Amino acid sequence: MSTTLVETTYREAMREAMREAMQRDERVFLMGEDVGAYGGCFAVSLGLLEEFGPERIRDTPLSESAFVGAGIGAAIAGMRPIVEIMTVNFSLLALDQIINNAATLSHMSGGQVSVPVVIRMTTGAGRQLAAQHSHSLEGWYGHIPGIKLLAPATVEDARGMLWPALQDPDPVLIFEHGTLYPMPGSLAPDAAPVDISRAAVRRPGKDVTLLTYGGSLPKVMAAAEELATTGIEPEVVDLRVLRPLDDETIVGSVRRTHRAVIVDEGWRTGSLAAEITTRLVEQCFFDLDGPVQRVCSAEVPMPYAKHLEEAALPQVATIVAAARQVVSG
Amino acid sequence: MSDFTMPSLGADMDSGTIVEWLVKPGDHVQRGAPMAVVDTDKAAVEIETFQSGVVGDLLVEPGQRVDVGTPLATMLAAGEAPSAAPVSVGKAKRPRARRVPPPREAAAPVPPAVPREAEVAAAAPPAPSPPLRHHAAELGVDLASVTGTGTHGRITRRDVDAAAHRPRVSPYARRLAEELGVDLAAVTGTGTSGTVRAEDVRAAAHARPEVPPVSTEAPRSDRATIAALMSRSKREIPHYYVATTVDMHTVVSWLRDTNRDRSVAERIVPAAALLRAVALAARRMPQLNGFWVDGVFVPGEDVHVGVAISVRRGALVAPALRHAADLELPVLMQALRDLVGRARSGRLTRAELADPTLTVTDLGDQGVEEVFGVIQPPQVALVGIGRLVERPWAVDGRLGVRPLVRLSQSGDHRATDGYTGARFLATIDDLLQHPEAL
Amino acid sequence: MSRRRTSATGTTGTGAIAPPTQHRFELLRQMTRIRLFEERCVELYSATKIRGFLHVGIGEEAVATGVLTVLTAEDSIVSTYREHGHALVRGLSMDSVMAEMFGKVTGCSRGRGGSMHLFDVGHRFYGGNAIVGGGIPMAVGIALADRMRHQTSVTACFFGDGAYAEGEFHESANLAALWRLPLLFCCENNLYAMGTAIEHEQAETDLALRAASYGMASWSVDGMDVAAVEEATRHAVERIRAGDGPCFLELRTYRFRAHSMYDPELYRDKAEVGHWRERDPLELLTAAMRADGELDEDAFEAMTAEARAEVDRAVDTAEQAPFEPVEDLTRFVYSEAVGPGPTRAGEEGAGS
Repeated sequence: MSTTLVETTYREAMREAMREAMQRDERVFLMGEDVGAYGGCFAVSLGLLEEFGPERIRDTPLSESAFVGAGIGAAIAGMRPIVEIMTVNFSLLALDQIINNAATLSHMSGGQVSVPVVIRMTTGAGRQLAAQHSHSLEGWYGHIPGIKLLAPATVEDARGMLWPALQDPDPVLIFEHGTLYPMPGSLAPDAAPVDISRAAVRRPGKDVTLLTYGGSLPKVMAAAEELATTGIEPEVVDLRVLRPLDDETIVGSVRRTHRAVIVDEGWRTGSLAAEITTRLVEQCFFDLDGPVQRVCSAEVPMPYAKHLEEAALPQVATIVAAARQVVSG
Repeated sequence: MSDFTMPSLGADMDSGTIVEWLVKPGDHVQRGAPMAVVDTDKAAVEIETFQSGVVGDLLVEPGQRVDVGTPLATMLAAGEAPSAAPVSVGKAKRPRARRVPPPREAAAPVPPAVPREAEVAAAAPPAPSPPLRHHAAELGVDLASVTGTGTHGRITRRDVDAAAHRPRVSPYARRLAEELGVDLAAVTGTGTSGTVRAEDVRAAAHARPEVPPVSTEAPRSDRATIAALMSRSKREIPHYYVATTVDMHTVVSWLRDTNRDRSVAERIVPAAALLRAVALAARRMPQLNGFWVDGVFVPGEDVHVGVAISVRRGALVAPALRHAADLELPVLMQALRDLVGRARSGRLTRAELADPTLTVTDLGDQGVEEVFGVIQPPQVALVGIGRLVERPWAVDGRLGVRPLVRLSQSGDHRATDGYTGARFLATIDDLLQHPEAL
Repeated sequence: MSRRRTSATGTTGTGAIAPPTQHRFELLRQMTRIRLFEERCVELYSATKIRGFLHVGIGEEAVATGVLTVLTAEDSIVSTYREHGHALVRGLSMDSVMAEMFGKVTGCSRGRGGSMHLFDVGHRFYGGNAIVGGGIPMAVGIALADRMRHQTSVTACFFGDGAYAEGEFHESANLAALWRLPLLFCCENNLYAMGTAIEHEQAETDLALRAASYGMASWSVDGMDVAAVEEATRHAVERIRAGDGPCFLELRTYRFRAHSMYDPELYRDKAEVGHWRERDPLELLTAAMRADGELDEDAFEAMTAEARAEVDRAVDTAEQAPFEPVEDLTRFVYSEAVGPGPTRAGEEGAGS
C-alpha cells in the first residue's frame, strides 16, 4: 500500500472506482443518460468513454424503465452492469423494474436468478433545484426486501464501495448526494475496497448519538463540533449501509449514550429515521434517557427560493438544538 | 316540603349535570348542607339545600344533564319515610383511610414509617372536598397517591395540579433506579417538565458515575488511624450500654420460606434482616441516628447504616448502607452483598465512607455472643450483634429451643440515655417479630 | 426492412418447403401436451388445487410451439403470465411445472412463484412475469449481454397486445433497435387486453406496422398455423443471428377461454369464439397432415394417450410432493451463492 496520499474529490473518487472496476472486470460496463459523450451529468464519468469506448460506456435514450430493466437483464445473463440513473427523481420511472424485477427475482424464482446489478443515483436537495429534482427517497427504497442500499458520505467510501457492490450477487443501489461531489479528501492511489455491511462511528462520544447518512454527514459533524464546545460530547454514526441496517453499531452506540438524534434528509413520515427510531425502541428501550429526536426535511415539496429550501432542510442549527433538547430534557 | 331542585348558579347557566350525590335517602340535612356536586361547564360546584329536613328520593342520576329548576330530590319533613325504591345513590363516597406512603422528607422530624391501621386513622388529614375530587378525576389523578401540603396535610388543588403534571421517568432512569435501589418518588427530576433522568437517579443515589471509586486503604483502615479514632471515642464519648436477647425464631422460619423461592444468589441472610430492623428502628428513633457536633445533636438527613466489615490485613471499615430504611429487604440484601464485596476489594465511594449515621457491628460469625462496641465519632450509637445460637427458651410457659441472638447498643450518653437505648432495642426486637414487614 | 402479411389460410406465399412428417408430428405432440396440461389446470383450479391467478393458453398453442421449436439451448426466453405452454415446449418438465402450480417445493420456482412466475435458469427460461410489459426491458438486457459477449444467441420476448400500450415496450423497442440487439419481439395478439378489445386500446391496430417504425424487421403472422409461425420465426432468427438487429413478429392468435379463471367474458360474444375455434391450431395441423396423408392415426391416438398420462403423472407427483418448509421463508431474499470474483477477459461469469 502506497503511503503517498493523493488529493482528490468525492466525484473523482467515484470515477476512479468505476475506472478500476472496468479495468479489473471485463463484465463491468456503465450505462445511463449522458454518461458518455456528455461526460456525465455531474461529470462523474468524464473521460471514461474515451478510455473504454462506446461498447462499455453506453449512452442511453431517456428510457429509465428500459435501460434499468436492461441492466437487470444483462446482470442476469452474466454481466456486471453499472446503471446510472441521473437522479433518484427519475428512478421513479424505473420503479417497476427495480422493485418487481431486481428486488424480487431471486426470491420469486426460488433462488435461481441472481441480479448482480449496481444502480447509481444522485440524490438529495440543497441546490435550489425545486420540488421534482430534490427528492431523498432512500427511505422508500429501504422498505423493499431484496435490494441493498449504500450511501457513501466520505471520499473513502465513494472510492471503496463500488467494487464490493459490483461483486455482490444481489442488486445494490448507491445513493450519491449531489452536494458531496466537490467534497475534497485524500486517498492512497491504490485505495482498498471498503466494507459494505457496517455503519461507522465517525466521531466517538458519550452524551448523545447522532445518526445520519449521506449528504447530512458534514452538517452533523459540524453540529458535533459546536456541541462539543458547550460541553456535550456527541457520538456521530454514519449509517453507510441503509439496507440492511447495521443494528449492532446503531443500537450499541445508543446503549452507551442513552440518547439518540437521527438526521435524515427525507421527510420524517415513514422515513428511515422512523425505522431506526422503532428499532431503538425495540432493542434498547430501557437504555433511553429521553425520547428519540428526528431532524428531517419539512413535509413540503422542496421549494426553489433559497431561504425556503434552507428552512425546509436539516441544518447545523436544528441538529444542535435537537441534541441539546434530548440531553437537557 | 318542596323538592330540592337544580339551582341557577349564574346568569348564563341554563342546565347542569350532577357529578355526584353527597347525600342519600334518609339523611338528615341542615339548611346550607351540601347535597351534590354539579358541573356547570365552568366549574364543579357543591349545591346546598336551603331547607333542613330529610332527604327523600333522589330523582336524577349522576351524569344526567338537567335544566335549572328540575327537581333533583324530594325532601321530607322529619319523621316522613322515603319511598321504597330510591334512585341510584350515586358516587357518594366518604373519604376512606388512605394508604399513607412512607414519608420522604428527611429534614423534618420523621413520622412512623410502617403504617398500621390505628395510626393511619389518627393521622389522616382532612378529606379532599368533592369539587377537588371532581377536579382530580378530570385530571386523572389518583388522590390516594397525592401528598397534601395544606394544613394538617390536606390535599390542595395545587397538590392535585402538581400531581397531574407528575414528572415522567425515562426508561433508562427507571431501570437504573431499580438497579441502584433508589426510590423514584424521592428523586427530583431535572429534565423537561421535571422528567426524571438517569443523572437524577444517580444524584439521588449519591453515585458519581464518572468519578472512580475511592480506595479504602489509605484513610480508614490504617491501624494508626483506627487507634486514634478509638482513643478519641473513648476519651470524648461517655458510653452507656444496653443489651437484650431476641428470639429469632419467626425471622429464621420466615427467611427459610422466602428463600425457598429464591436462587442461591438471591438468598436473604439473617444479618440482612437485622440490619433492616436496625435501620427501621433508627428511623423511628431519630435521636439515635445522627451526630454529636459542637455540643449539639445533629440528626442525620436519612438512615445510612454503617456496616463494620473486616478487610485484608486485619483492617476494618464501616461504610454506609445508604438509605437502608428505604431498601426493601431483598434489595438491602443485594446492596449488602455488593457493599461487602467492594469493601474487600477497595472500591467504596466517598459517600459510603463519609455518610454512616450509626454503625452496626455483627460479630456473630466470629462466635462471640455479645458485642459492646466503641462508637465511631461523631455518631452517637453503635449496635452490636452476637452469634445466632440455639438455646433453651421459655415458650408459652414451657421449655423450648429457639434461635436467639444478643443485641447490644452502645450509646453516647450526651445525646441519649439508657431509656432511649432500651426502647431502641425493644423496637428492633419488635420489628424482628414481624419479618414480613421488614 | 420488409414486412409481409399472411392470409388467414396460413401460407406465407414464399414457397416454403413443408416440414418433414416427423417434425410435424413433434409439433402436434407439443401442442397436444400444452392443450391437455392447460385443460387439466382449469379443472384443478376449480377443485382449488391451484390458487391465485391462472391464465391458460388454450387456443394459442401454435405460438409457443412454432417459435420455440426454432430456438436453441443457447437462446433465452422471457415470457408473460400466460407462459405454461412456453415453459413446457422449452423443456421444463411437466412435473416441475405442475408442482409449481400446486405451490410445492419441487416446483420450478420452489412453489414461490405459482402459475405466473415459472423460472428455469438452466433452460434460460426467465419467467413468468406478472407485470404487463415488465419483462420486456429485462429481455433487452439479456440480449445486450449476449451482444456484448459476441454471442449469436437470440432472446425471444413474448408479450401480448395489451403490453403494446405500455411505455416499457416502446422504450425497449427503441433501445433494442438503436443498439441492434439480438432480440425477437413476439407479440401474441389475441385481440384482447384482458377485457378490452384491441380497437379500444390502440389507435393504430396494425401492430407490426408500428413496430417497423422503430427500425426493425417486422411481420404479421397467422398465429393459429404452427407452420407459419415456425417459418416466420426461422426467417427472423436468421436475420438476428446475422447481426441485423431485433425483429418483431405479430402473432395473430386467439384464446378460447377467458382471460383468467375469474373472467365472465362480458366483452366478447360466443359467436366470435366459435368462429376462432374453427381455426383451432391442433385441428389445423391434424387436418393439414391428414390432407397430406402424413398422419398415422394409431400413433396419434397413442401420442394423445401418452400426453394425457404424462399430465396424470404430473398431477400425482405434485399431489404427493412436499411444501417448502416455512423456516425457509426468508431464504433467497438475497443470493446464497457467494458472488464470483473478478474474471479475466473472455471468461463466462456465473451470473445466471
